[in-house]
Amino acid sequence: MATTAEGFDVHSDHSHDAHDHADHKPGFFARWFMSTNHKDIGTMYLIFAIIAGIIGGAISGIMRVELAEPGIQYLTWWAEFMGGGSDLNTALHMWNVFITAHGLIMVFFMVMPAMIGGFGNWFVPLMIGAPDMAFPRMNNVSFWLTVAGFFSLLFSLFVPGGSGPGAGTGWTVYAPLSTSGSVGPAVDFAIFSLHLAGAGSILGATNFITTIFNMRAPGMTLHKMPLFVWSVLVTAFLLLLALPVLAAAITMLLTDRNFGTTFFDPAGGGDPVLYQHLFWFFGHPEVYIMILPGFGMISQIVATFSRKPVFGYLGMAYAMVAIGVVGFIVWAHHMYTVGLDVNTKMYFTAATMVIAVPTGVKIFSWIATMWGGSVEFKSPMVWALGFIFLFTVGGVTGVVLANGGIDVNLHDTYYVVAHFHYVLSMGAVFSLFAGFYYWFPKMSGRMHSELLSHLHFWTFFIGVNVIFFPQHFLGMQGMPRRYPDYPDAFTFWHEISTYGYYIMAGSMVFFFVNIGYALVAGRKAGANPWGEGATTLEWTLPSPPPYHQFETLPVITDAHDYHDHRPATA
Amino acid sequence: MAGTANHDYHILEPDIWPLVGSISALTFTSGMVLSFHPDLFGSASSIVMWAGLAGLIATFFMWFRNIVIEAERGDHTPVVQLHMRYGMILFIASEVMFFVGWFWSFFDFALFPTALNYDAETGLTSSLFGVVGSTTAFIPEGMEVLDPLSLPLLNTIILLCSGTTVTWAHHSLVHGDRTGLKQGLWATIGLGVLFSAIQAYEYAAAPFGFGGNTYSSAFYMATGFHGFHVIVGTIFLAVCLYRAYLGHFTPRQHFGFEAAAWYWHFVDVVWLFLFVTIYVWGGWGAEFH
Repeated sequence: MATTAEGFDVHSDHSHDAHDHADHKPGFFARWFMSTNHKDIGTMYLIFAIIAGIIGGAISGIMRVELAEPGIQYLTWWAEFMGGGSDLNTALHMWNVFITAHGLIMVFFMVMPAMIGGFGNWFVPLMIGAPDMAFPRMNNVSFWLTVAGFFSLLFSLFVPGGSGPGAGTGWTVYAPLSTSGSVGPAVDFAIFSLHLAGAGSILGATNFITTIFNMRAPGMTLHKMPLFVWSVLVTAFLLLLALPVLAAAITMLLTDRNFGTTFFDPAGGGDPVLYQHLFWFFGHPEVYIMILPGFGMISQIVATFSRKPVFGYLGMAYAMVAIGVVGFIVWAHHMYTVGLDVNTKMYFTAATMVIAVPTGVKIFSWIATMWGGSVEFKSPMVWALGFIFLFTVGGVTGVVLANGGIDVNLHDTYYVVAHFHYVLSMGAVFSLFAGFYYWFPKMSGRMHSELLSHLHFWTFFIGVNVIFFPQHFLGMQGMPRRYPDYPDAFTFWHEISTYGYYIMAGSMVFFFVNIGYALVAGRKAGANPWGEGATTLEWTLPSPPPYHQFETLPVITDAHDYHDHRPATA
Repeated sequence: MAGTANHDYHILEPDIWPLVGSISALTFTSGMVLSFHPDLFGSASSIVMWAGLAGLIATFFMWFRNIVIEAERGDHTPVVQLHMRYGMILFIASEVMFFVGWFWSFFDFALFPTALNYDAETGLTSSLFGVVGSTTAFIPEGMEVLDPLSLPLLNTIILLCSGTTVTWAHHSLVHGDRTGLKQGLWATIGLGVLFSAIQAYEYAAAPFGFGGNTYSSAFYMATGFHGFHVIVGTIFLAVCLYRAYLGHFTPRQHFGFEAAAWYWHFVDVVWLFLFVTIYVWGGWGAEFH
């Protein structure tokens, strides 16, 4: 224990000595363009994700405004603005470009960089008591490859693809729309965007797995590891094993497009459905990649603000492992309408519904964690509660869609759109905001405004529900996804949905004002602003932590439960 | 920066190569797109691709050079060496999944073939879907494939031999026999170059072109990516040989060599799967060239 106490003493007085080794920072260019520091790289990931989120969110605004009433309102203008023709075909192509860009940006350049690159980089080393990541240089190349991927996607907007500029294939890039259906370089740029971002993610996954297996502080066994670290570990394995299959699939798209192979071209014996298999073998693990780190954050936050250890720690950890494993064998539930035989559909229905079991373990364990706890409704906690409620709604519609029989009716309708936005815009994004408010004081050293955070939460909560709940009705009535126009009968709920977007967009003002307020005038945050419920190692460090933390490693002894890593002397 | 740190981890100085490498990668992929569409961007646009490739090669060179310098400086403590072992195993695991994608498409085509008409002159196929009397076959009638017991078998033997020679080099290294290390590596590299040369000859002499049907698509992409990995592995081993002449590697610490050997065995195993599935089983019953 004495060792542990000394370890923290090294940092407790760092602020008195600006030239303390632990806090010696390189110059501006070296610090931000040549970084080998996990906290700086995490910060860059978060800023990048916020920028990408603004762009991706603005694109969804364009789409909601267009969908507010029947007919084509603004797409013709956008087609001309982006340098295409003013004809209807180009206008409709612009719609496809918007849905594609929105999907790819939100998945690859907002949620993944924020969760894994941002919070993962910042807090995995802190939570396991490590001085940095295992491969600090590779960490940096992961980030810059993600940026490179984003630029490749941006390039695609300015070159021809299909009947206008930009890649209009959907984020799934299905053949033959993405091959013979989209001549022109835009789709090539979009494909390479995925190659680049995917390479960065694979390197990042390697880095996280190595860090978590090799750099845990003395005494921190896997079964004493915080659940957020568990979630990143499982996520990293999913990335490592799923992304290369996507890389192979989109390489086949490239050679089909440019070199005359016939992987997905029936004229040469190829099979477009093969692409869907390969894509969803990646794509389904991908949706768990986007939510598992969120699960981890919610577990930390619910435990912190209930002032109780999380209920059923081991069950929570292995539920994530189970979700990760089973997530690899359910992919064809995205493909119920391609002509799978009934037995195959039965298998994929059953396997998919099995995932509801470990997911239920998590939901009920969060509730049980709060049960009898001393619950404090601080900003991270309200977002976490919003997550639990709304993710469950998305999970329930997921069970509906898991049924091969029902899905034949609901496939590619707004019901599916509503489902995956409940688990992403209200699951993944709520967990991101929860994590952001939870760790912002630690990262910045400043407290944000609880009032603005709560206003942000309630307006956002109302906004996204007004956007997406009516989309269940639209889907059940038969409104297909990815369409810019619709019969008058769908007008009412589309109009409501668009009002929801305005509320949601307005609520983001609270978020940005809050960050600005905190950085300029926020109260200084102490080492642990959240009280005795916050027990993981990052709360033993000053806020913000020194440039290099844990130069003497903390020691976790048998006296420490998995949920309490504070040194006994603290 | 490892001044006051009381741990064995490797805290690195800021480094420019991740940024240079990423910009080079973006330049390389963008240049490839430009070269795919000479009608839009002109035939000279491939210069962008070559510039990107040059940047990538420079990045790899400098990056690994730095790692070697750090290793020789003693930065690679036992725990850092363990990091590298994990890193290499995980990298190879992701490579395995990459090849899973290519094998997946091969088995899809081989197990669920369609009816195709093959034009031996042009190498192109057309679908016979729904045509009465047509039969499905992975390798359409009239198409010749490579005899697996000819050059592919020779290549199999070459790669298996190279697996033994790299083990010879490893054992020599562990027992302090520097001459054996160099001889084993020379032999392995020689066999690797021979494999690539035979593969190149086989491609040039193959009775079918690159695209046009699923067999040639799956064949060239799977064996082509394997061949690329053979070249990478050969370069990796050549770097180890150069380092052996520089006096690097000790009987106790030589992970750079071990990583190259692991990678080489991985490439070897992928070839065995390619040989058994694509060459032997995939071409079963078809006419040989």
